[in-house]
Amino acid sequence: MKAAIVGSGNIGTDLMYKLLRSTIIEPRWMAGADPASPGLRRAAEAGLETGTGGVDWLLGRDPLPDIVFEATSAAVHRANAPRYAEAGIRAIDLTPAAVGPAVVPEVNLGAHRDAANLNLITCGGQATIPMVQAVSRVTPVGYAEIVATVASVSAGPGTRANIDEFTRVTSRGLETIGGAARGKAIIVLNPADPPLIMRDTIFCAVSPSADLDAVRTSISDRVAEIAMYVPGYRLLDEPQFDAVGDRTMRVGIFVEIEGAGDFLPRYAGNLDIMTAAATRVGECLAQGR
Amino acid sequence: MRDGSHAKRHQFTVDEVTAVVRALDDAGVPVIEVTHGDGLGGSSFTYGLSRTPEQELISAAVRTATRARIAFLMLPGVGVLDDIRAAAANGATVCRIATHCTEADIAVQHFGIARDLGLETVGFLMMAHSIEPDRLADQARIMADAGCQCVYVVDSAGALVLDQVSDRVSALVAELGDDAQVGFHGHENLGLGVANSILAHRAGARQIDGSTRRFGAGAGNTPVEAFVGVCDKLGIRTGVDFFKIVDAAEDVVRPVMPDECKLDRMALIMGYAGVYSSFLLHAYTLAQRYGVSGAEILVKAGERRLVGGQEDQLITIARELSRS
Repeated sequence: MKAAIVGSGNIGTDLMYKLLRSTIIEPRWMAGADPASPGLRRAAEAGLETGTGGVDWLLGRDPLPDIVFEATSAAVHRANAPRYAEAGIRAIDLTPAAVGPAVVPEVNLGAHRDAANLNLITCGGQATIPMVQAVSRVTPVGYAEIVATVASVSAGPGTRANIDEFTRVTSRGLETIGGAARGKAIIVLNPADPPLIMRDTIFCAVSPSADLDAVRTSISDRVAEIAMYVPGYRLLDEPQFDAVGDRTMRVGIFVEIEGAGDFLPRYAGNLDIMTAAATRVGECLAQGR
Repeated sequence: MRDGSHAKRHQFTVDEVTAVVRALDDAGVPVIEVTHGDGLGGSSFTYGLSRTPEQELISAAVRTATRARIAFLMLPGVGVLDDIRAAAANGATVCRIATHCTEADIAVQHFGIARDLGLETVGFLMMAHSIEPDRLADQARIMADAGCQCVYVVDSAGALVLDQVSDRVSALVAELGDDAQVGFHGHENLGLGVANSILAHRAGARQIDGSTRRFGAGAGNTPVEAFVGVCDKLGIRTGVDFFKIVDAAEDVVRPVMPDECKLDRMALIMGYAGVYSSFLLHAYTLAQRYGVSGAEILVKAGERRLVGGQEDQLITIARELSRS
């Protein structure tokens, strides 16, 4: 399957290296805007055809890509999405544009296999929603709360200007995909040097009579599923169970995500999980599953 | 009652807030802050669930105050813009937006919305001990340019010592000029709240935070009644009546407090190691839950350079200690 990457920044570049390793997806093009972009230079060195005319340039190629990965910004993707659709190109959206349905590999991709446009929510969402769903698939989750801590240097200007969007979109994903009745997302930036590896804490409110062994098993199964496409995804500890009042058992799940270091530094697990999820989604689409 | 919310584990009732606001308002306190300790939207497993929805507490404070303006705190990444809109609709008029001291740019959209709503804006640069004055001033500039009318040097860990306060406040005053005021928020973890606040004033700070009876996180905040008394003696006009605020602290606020805010081992370690004050009660709880030393949890939190909001990582630290 022939793929294009639109956006030649850090995310687009890291994604390229992951796609170059794929046996299913062939990255052929990278479209950027800035001729001086180091990302475009790296893409050219890796054998991709590169252009600075953005989507106009890309849609003038022959043949056209089967699939495009958008790593620009929400505004740019909103403008580009209808044009991809018109050209019959499927889009995997790494921006917060949310044009198409939100997907998390291993959780709900199957339900949106035929969608023309798929959105990857947020890094915090990719890291935590699968865990909430791992709990909700064995027992009802009345409330899910996550804290995503990322290194300051790994939070780009887009994230910083739209941190509200991050919390709202992630919260919604905890509900719609994670299966929690109510979701709350918190993001914390930590400037420590050397930068800390991304950490996520996931709390789920379940019934005190829930089958906690089943919850434990489901969580460890899910870690193994995620680690297939994000090798650096690991539990820091076994799940912790704490009674909160008489009616709630709080399940605490503590995760660390070390990036694969394809291009982005290893501490930036928050960015790695986005490019890894995008690759996974692309491969699943290519294999028709 | 925002910082006090930490010490009360976020269990304020409407009656308590009403009583405290009435007493502080009568004493002439110009601004009274009411929110969950971690700001709007702070009620959570991570930071502690509120007994009463904070917007109800804000409404009660607004109904009660006759002169004082009611303020609320919010941390981008914890609360959301709709929380600010709700607080404004409930009559609060001062919006205080807090970020870690190196991350001011995550608050730009929030200052914009707050100003659009006609709110007075304050920026909180938390853990201000952790960076040098010139870098702090650069972050203050980001806030002022975004619409912040007063930028605070926030000594969240109670770790700043005397000249370190003056240097930071002076740097902000020099950077901001007439563009925004400068404020200071102190903690008592090294017993310096009042002295630090006086030095902040001398360096040009024009808004100073305090809590009656120190009712705040860690060893508590600058005791406002002592600060008012010292200001009276130094000829600094605060507008707060010394005898009334002393009575309010003793007769109204103390009965609401679960305990005195003490300068004990845990609090001292926080000031000494530069640990975010609201970690205190979480560390106590975890020490009990896992049979480990609360002081060791705090020391590790300092070593790992945890910032405000990372209460979840205290659990991980406690677990590591329990396994070692």
